[in-house]
Amino acid sequence: MRRLYASLRSVAESLLAAVVGFVVAGIILKAWGYSPISAYISLFKASFTDLYGFSGALANATPLILTALTFAMATRAGLFNIGAEGQMYLGALAAVAASLFKLPAGLHLIVALVFAALAGVLWALIPAVLRATRGVSEVISTIMFNWISRYLAFWLVANVLVDPYRAEKTITVLPTSRFPTLIRGTDLSYALFLALAAAAVIYFLLWHTVTGYEMRAAGENPFAARYGGVKSGKVIILVFLLGGITAGLAGATQSLGRPPTYAVYSGLPQILNLGFDGIGVAMIGRNHPLGIIFAAIFYGGLQSGARVMQLFAKIPLEMVRVVQGVIVLALALPELLRIFRLFRRRKLLEAKREGE
Amino acid sequence: MTFSYFWSILFLSLHAMVPITLTAAGEVVGETAGLFNIGLEGILLLSAFTGALGAEAGGWWLGLLVGIGTGTVVGLFFGLINAYWKGNQLITGVGINLFALGFVAFGLQALGTPGFHDIPREARLPALQTPVGGLSPLVFVALLMPFLIHWFLNRTRAGLWVRAVGENPEAADVAGVPVELVRLLATTFGAALAGLSGAYMSVSWMGSVTKEMAAGRGFIALATVVFSGLRPILTLVGGFIFGFFDSLATWIANIPGVKEIVPWQFVSMIPYIATLLVVTGVIGRARFPKALGVPYRRE
Repeated sequence: MRRLYASLRSVAESLLAAVVGFVVAGIILKAWGYSPISAYISLFKASFTDLYGFSGALANATPLILTALTFAMATRAGLFNIGAEGQMYLGALAAVAASLFKLPAGLHLIVALVFAALAGVLWALIPAVLRATRGVSEVISTIMFNWISRYLAFWLVANVLVDPYRAEKTITVLPTSRFPTLIRGTDLSYALFLALAAAAVIYFLLWHTVTGYEMRAAGENPFAARYGGVKSGKVIILVFLLGGITAGLAGATQSLGRPPTYAVYSGLPQILNLGFDGIGVAMIGRNHPLGIIFAAIFYGGLQSGARVMQLFAKIPLEMVRVVQGVIVLALALPELLRIFRLFRRRKLLEAKREGE
Repeated sequence: MTFSYFWSILFLSLHAMVPITLTAAGEVVGETAGLFNIGLEGILLLSAFTGALGAEAGGWWLGLLVGIGTGTVVGLFFGLINAYWKGNQLITGVGINLFALGFVAFGLQALGTPGFHDIPREARLPALQTPVGGLSPLVFVALLMPFLIHWFLNRTRAGLWVRAVGENPEAADVAGVPVELVRLLATTFGAALAGLSGAYMSVSWMGSVTKEMAAGRGFIALATVVFSGLRPILTLVGGFIFGFFDSLATWIANIPGVKEIVPWQFVSMIPYIATLLVVTGVIGRARFPKALGVPYRRE
């Protein structure tokens, strides 16, 4: 009962923060001379009222679930891993690299995914080792790695994986290693199930295994955990490894499962910021796999709605990221969240009075 | 020939040093008081944008003021959440960064060109003309500021308070120091300097705004704080090292003969790799305040 109440409260907190996000962004829109009401109507109508729009929301949610898991897992273990962005770039490209050779359908997809996961792991490993052995802050090292991997990705797109006929993109992923499309005519693919499965696996790992218990213990009280025999180095490496896998796969879902391109373009337009948006999604989903799924669909819907909004209301689609930033800031505001506690106390008092 | 190379590298490095040193020196004050602001990147970006708008509305001085003002407002907000309401400093910082990323991209697109905005020459801060090239007056501000902060932290009563609330807030509280207020003001000061740095980047250094102009400098400034071990004068050294590698990248990318062999993408990685190496090399030596990042709650 207590647990149910706590989770209901976090849902309510996220909803309240979302309202604050829309109100503040509405004020900004108004200040810039746009009409917030019609903007929001077109935003929501586009992605949450018909199947085509909603499948777009799910397609956008797919990579966000995976990058949000990277961040959430680390946060649960008391680490601040903001490196999903860079790991995701390399995952996307490693998955493309699997199309340099031919394999039977199915097997080819699996090999491409393994490539992507390995690339993510490789990129996550150095910050993890630096943190575990030298105590280098993962906040700084993962951000530096994001920038390094961005330029590495630019180079790979332009030189190693370049399409011999079109210099502005990589080679096109072979049909044998693509995710099949889930709904014909939309860009929603079976990659969604990969993301959902990853969320389920990480939920199980965190709450139903000894390792997961150790990870959470290290996050909640590092001193007590160490006293209880949890090795902090092991937890750090494990969290970064698993985070590297999900971040790498997030990239792969974009290069292998996003019709019609099936390639990465120079400047990385389709994948840029998926890692950072995942951080916001993880926070809105309160670092819980189930919460992350809903938060990712919500944010993915905003993203695809924003395109419609830009087209018809001429409002820059970047507005959506403003909403997200304000929501996260609102979630950092304990005063705002205390409203719920006050409300609950009043209800308890009322119940007591009625009982007397 | 070599002589002019020396001056061009030195001037490039000094210009690239300014935002790192100013931001890091300000953050030294905030971290000494116990607050860790990872939203500096966002403040740099926001104030680069608002500073540009200010400069176009009323000249470079208004641009710099608006930049400082933007930093101050964000800093007050950050301080209010974290010093008074005991919020989560990392989450607040990430929120600031996400907000800035969206707001500036949104603003640039609303102004016309997506992702880029050029500031007219007459709205920029004029550079001092020296025999070997133009030099921004803010270079001198950046060279002076760490010494001022050093003096403030070690030689004034207010500076003692800042150190006390970071090291032992309980004792400071018992001695009658307003812990929350000192923390709020310290972090706001740091954010204001980040605001000045952001406005410097657009109004003085680059003369334009792009949605990615902060380019990790807020985090490089955080690394510089680690490098300095909270000794403000060392932010000059750290800032200059990163400024040097930053300009080295610009410089190498333009040398005929080299630019054809080394891909520009690898040259662009240099400042980030240097940051990582420096932080890895010096870590463990620095000592940070005991209560850094820990909200103070009166028992």
